[in-house]
Amino acid sequence: MSGAQKIAVTVTEIVPLNELVTRFKFKPTDGSLLPTFSGGAHTVVEMKDGAITRLNPYSLMSDPMDQTAYTISVRRDDVGRGGSLFLHRNVKVGDQMTISYPVNLFSLDLRAKKHLFLAGGIGITPFIAQIKQLERTNGRWELHYATRSVALGSYVDELTTKHPNEAHIYYDDQEQRIDLKNLLDGQPLGTHVYVCGPKGMIDWVRKTAADEGWPRESIHYEEFLAPKSGKPFEVKLAISNKVIQVGEDESLLEAMEREGVDAPYLCRGGACGQCETDVIDYRGNFIHRDHWLEDADHKSGKKIMPCVSRFEGKTLVLDR
Amino acid sequence: MTIQFNDETFRDDYSFHNSAWAIRRFPFPFHEDSYMYSVNMEQHRGGPAGSIFEKRFDVDEHYLSEMRDRAMVLADDPLRCQSLPHMTLAGWDLLELIMVSKSEDYPELFELHRNGNTWRWVNKPMGIDDTFTFLDEATLPYGPLEYITRQAQGDFCVLDQRDDNLWMDAGIVTTQADWSLDFDIGMNFFEWHAPVPLAHEKGVFVRALKFLLNIQQGSPARRLNWTMTVNPLLDTSPENYHKWGIQKTTLTPENIGQKQHLRVELQTFFRLPRSNALVFPIRAYLCSFQDLMTMPKWGRRLHRVIRDLPEELATYKGFIDNRTMMLDYLSKFDDGLPTSDGIWPEFETEPSLNLSEDS
Repeated sequence: MSGAQKIAVTVTEIVPLNELVTRFKFKPTDGSLLPTFSGGAHTVVEMKDGAITRLNPYSLMSDPMDQTAYTISVRRDDVGRGGSLFLHRNVKVGDQMTISYPVNLFSLDLRAKKHLFLAGGIGITPFIAQIKQLERTNGRWELHYATRSVALGSYVDELTTKHPNEAHIYYDDQEQRIDLKNLLDGQPLGTHVYVCGPKGMIDWVRKTAADEGWPRESIHYEEFLAPKSGKPFEVKLAISNKVIQVGEDESLLEAMEREGVDAPYLCRGGACGQCETDVIDYRGNFIHRDHWLEDADHKSGKKIMPCVSRFEGKTLVLDR
Repeated sequence: MTIQFNDETFRDDYSFHNSAWAIRRFPFPFHEDSYMYSVNMEQHRGGPAGSIFEKRFDVDEHYLSEMRDRAMVLADDPLRCQSLPHMTLAGWDLLELIMVSKSEDYPELFELHRNGNTWRWVNKPMGIDDTFTFLDEATLPYGPLEYITRQAQGDFCVLDQRDDNLWMDAGIVTTQADWSLDFDIGMNFFEWHAPVPLAHEKGVFVRALKFLLNIQQGSPARRLNWTMTVNPLLDTSPENYHKWGIQKTTLTPENIGQKQHLRVELQTFFRLPRSNALVFPIRAYLCSFQDLMTMPKWGRRLHRVIRDLPEELATYKGFIDNRTMMLDYLSKFDDGLPTSDGIWPEFETEPSLNLSEDS
């Protein structure tokens, strides 16, 4: 079986935070306790959207020590394939859903003398759980959180009220920017940097830190990609001996699952590496979107991450 | 069932012994008549009733004596238990995992009563009844890792996960097959496996690491590993090699059945929830050759495995000098009949030993 262990949950609370973001609370349907987790972990939420089963990862933002409920915050993506729209429009309090055990691909480095968090937009969510974890163990941290506007600043009030000295907010529409170079320059030795936000922000932080001489191991980042829609394409699966069609609004991974092929996966967002698949033959172009493979792998035409990447062309044969 | 705990030693007079029950459930590690390294992992989700795979942490007749031996090793050498400063949370994770598992799996032996962060732990076999505050080290007589592993059979390596690698940053190691926590502390997965022959060339460690990094909460894994030990010694450490290494020369054709032990490790892997570390319990089981030979299938198979094992492996596992004597002994229990697949002894169905007149 692929993916992490499953938990049957009931939706117990839905709180719209602003125009784009809504918070969902899940409790175990059988009344038992949920597993504890480490800050930065995500859960994969299963959504039965008509004939399609969507599995989307969302960072857990509740207190990692709270075993009674998990909460996630979901940003509505109006141009995406519908996972977030489904949660916003179709899910009601009392609905039963299936989520995965927590999986952490964005763990705190507990050796750090200080944790410097850089959040962009909905990228704030894993930090909320990490802050709760560090507050309990007297960890030292600081947050710099860039959001579009006051109206869209999810959890800004909560953060600045509880942590006036640690939380720093930047509003894009007021032309406020994180002064990253100076911020990095002022950090004590042993600081670890964590960035979660849009790809542009992650690239900017990684490059700036590298240019400033920071060790690669001290910079941690997470960006879940939602699979993007694209042109339909055909794939031959050599081991399963099947030819399958990947539709416009489904990922290659989802198409394999629809056809009953047990393909490995974990994060479904191009980050964990579990679904890495060998390409046996191809004529056409890959549209690689993952964070897992190296550039050389992308160029080699020998590997693809079917959770987020697509293909355009005549022939694609995979070792699956 | 109620476990009758043995009163026995793993040193000096070596009064260690296996009951008929313990022999039958011994984790014989060879599923076929030959052996080579592989990433032989499977899910650790129970197993046949009474087998060592059934519970998350197996408790058997050697429990009290093994814990007594561990206390003696620690008294002589406190560095057998170490935890780097960032691993304390993982220690609490492990304490919680063991207490919850044992109290659920052996309710007649262990009890855990939790009221918020005030926990009461009752270990009936060891006569312990302690109340402490979870996550407050000051309320326990030792750090959380040492406290709970002084009450749990087997060694425990607690591995930090970062930079796509695993780091040996905490553990308690007193029943090891000739490796040292004090030497390996702080090393990463490739560094501490550097001495193993053949496996690197086969890419075993790259694949094994990838598997381990992806072990998730709620999905523990396990495998068996094995070596040979002369006399039922738990502590075959490099620190004490001067004491036990020489004992390998005391084997004779007369005493080999009694002195030579197959040492099998049940290695399990659990993701720890609060720290995201990985714990790697290594539980050693010992069985003398003469006890193994009571199972006809094991007798036939052990002879064939030891006979055909590559020389590098027999050297690495430390029995190359005694291999000829072992084979002389084991060959008497191999009549050439085929063996069934799998590790189980099949003692009810396997044909008994059929020795031809010339043997």
